[in-house]
Amino acid sequence: MALDLARLTTAVTAREAGLVACRRCTRVWPMGTGTCARCGSRLVSRDPRSLSRVWAWWLAGILAYIPANLWPMLRTRTLWQEQSNTIIGGALELWRYGNPGVGLIILVASVGIPIAKFFAIAYLALSARRGARASPGARMRIYEVVEYIGRWSMIDVFVVAILASLVQLNVVARIDPGPASLAFALSVIFTMLSAQAFDPRMIWDGIEAEAKSRPGPRSA
Amino acid sequence: MADGTHIFADAPLDGLVACPECDALYRAAEVPPGSRAVCARCHTVLISPRRHAGMAIISLALASIVLVAGALWFPFLRIDTRGLWQQATLWDVATSFPVGPLLIVSVAVTAAIVVLPIVRAALILYTLVPVVFDRPARPLAARAFALSESLRPWSMAEVFAIGCAVSLVKIADLATLSLGPAFFMFAALVVVTVIQDQLVCRWSVWRSISPV
Repeated sequence: MALDLARLTTAVTAREAGLVACRRCTRVWPMGTGTCARCGSRLVSRDPRSLSRVWAWWLAGILAYIPANLWPMLRTRTLWQEQSNTIIGGALELWRYGNPGVGLIILVASVGIPIAKFFAIAYLALSARRGARASPGARMRIYEVVEYIGRWSMIDVFVVAILASLVQLNVVARIDPGPASLAFALSVIFTMLSAQAFDPRMIWDGIEAEAKSRPGPRSA
Repeated sequence: MADGTHIFADAPLDGLVACPECDALYRAAEVPPGSRAVCARCHTVLISPRRHAGMAIISLALASIVLVAGALWFPFLRIDTRGLWQQATLWDVATSFPVGPLLIVSVAVTAAIVVLPIVRAALILYTLVPVVFDRPARPLAARAFALSESLRPWSMAEVFAIGCAVSLVKIADLATLSLGPAFFMFAALVVVTVIQDQLVCRWSVWRSISPV
C-alpha cells in the first residue's frame, strides 16, 4: 500500500501525535484547533458527549418502535371486507397465503434489523465505556454493518407509499396508510441518527491504553 | 512505543491522513490510479484515485438529475383489475400520505427518493465542474461537498427500488401490474448512483477543491 504506516505494533493515532483529525476530510490540525480550515467541519478529538447523544436517539428510536408495531400499518378495503394490518400481521399474512420469501424480507427489514440494531448500538456504546472482550476489529465490523444497514429498514414505509398511491380503486379495492407508518419512519430515522452520533474512534482507544500499560513493544 | 509524536514531527500537516473511523495517522503518498490505500487497522478506504473519474462523476450526476426529473414526469406503475385501472407517478407515490400527521411521512419519502438525489447531484456538479475543467474551485465548494457527503445516507433510491419489488409481489394477486417508463428510469438512477459513489475518491476531491 502506498500509505507509509509507521511500523509499530499499534498504530499511532492523530491524538497521540498531538493532532486533531477532521472526520469529514481526513485532514489533521494541531490539537486545540476548533474548525477544519479545509472543509469547515467542527473538530473534536474525542467527544465526551457523543455517547449521551447516542443514547438519546437510541431511546427515541425504541419509543417510536413500540407504536410502530402496535398500530396498523395498512388499511385494506375491498368489496367484501375491511382489514387493518400491523407490520408483523401483514408479513405473516404474506408468509401464509402468498409469498413466504417476500414475507420474510419484510420481517427481516422491519423486525429483525431494527431490533438487532437496538442491541448492536447499545453494545457498542456500553463497550466503548467499559471495554469489551470482542476485538476492536470485530466491534468495528458491527459498527459498519449497523451504519450500512440502517437505511434498509425504510423498505416497509416505501411499500406502504407505493400501495397507497396505486390501490385507490374506489369501491373495489383501496389501501390507505395507517399511523404506524409515521411511527416506524421516525424510529428508523432516530436509530440512524443514534448510529451516526457514535464516534467509532472510541472503539480503538482501548487498545492504545492497553499497549501503553504493557512493558516493552509487542512483536507483530 | 506507541508514543508517535516524534515520528510525524517532521511531516507537514497537509501531508498526513487520519483515518476518520479509527484515528490512525498516516503519511499520504501518491497512490497510482486504480489502486486504493486502506487503513491498516480498520480497513477503511482512505485514498482511491481513478483516471478520468472527474468527468465520469460529472456525467453520472447530470444523468441522475435527468433520470429523477423523467421519473417524476412519466407514469411509474399501473394496475388493472375488473375493468378498473389506476396509475401513479413517482410524485403520487412520494406524496401518498394524507394530510395530518402522516404528512411528515410524505415529506420524508419525497426527500429520500426525489429531493435528496437531485440536491446531491447538483452539489457534486457545483463542486467538481470547475475542478475538472481546470478552473479555480467555487468559493463554497468545500461547504457544498461536505453537505453532499452528510446527505449521502439519507438519499435512498436503492432502498426504494427494493420497496418497489416487494410491492409488486404484494399486489400481484389483487390486480395486474404494469411498469411504466418512470420505473425503468428509476432503476437506472439506482445503478448510476451506486457507480457514482464508487468513483468518488473523497481525499482527492478535498485536496483539489481546498488545498490548504
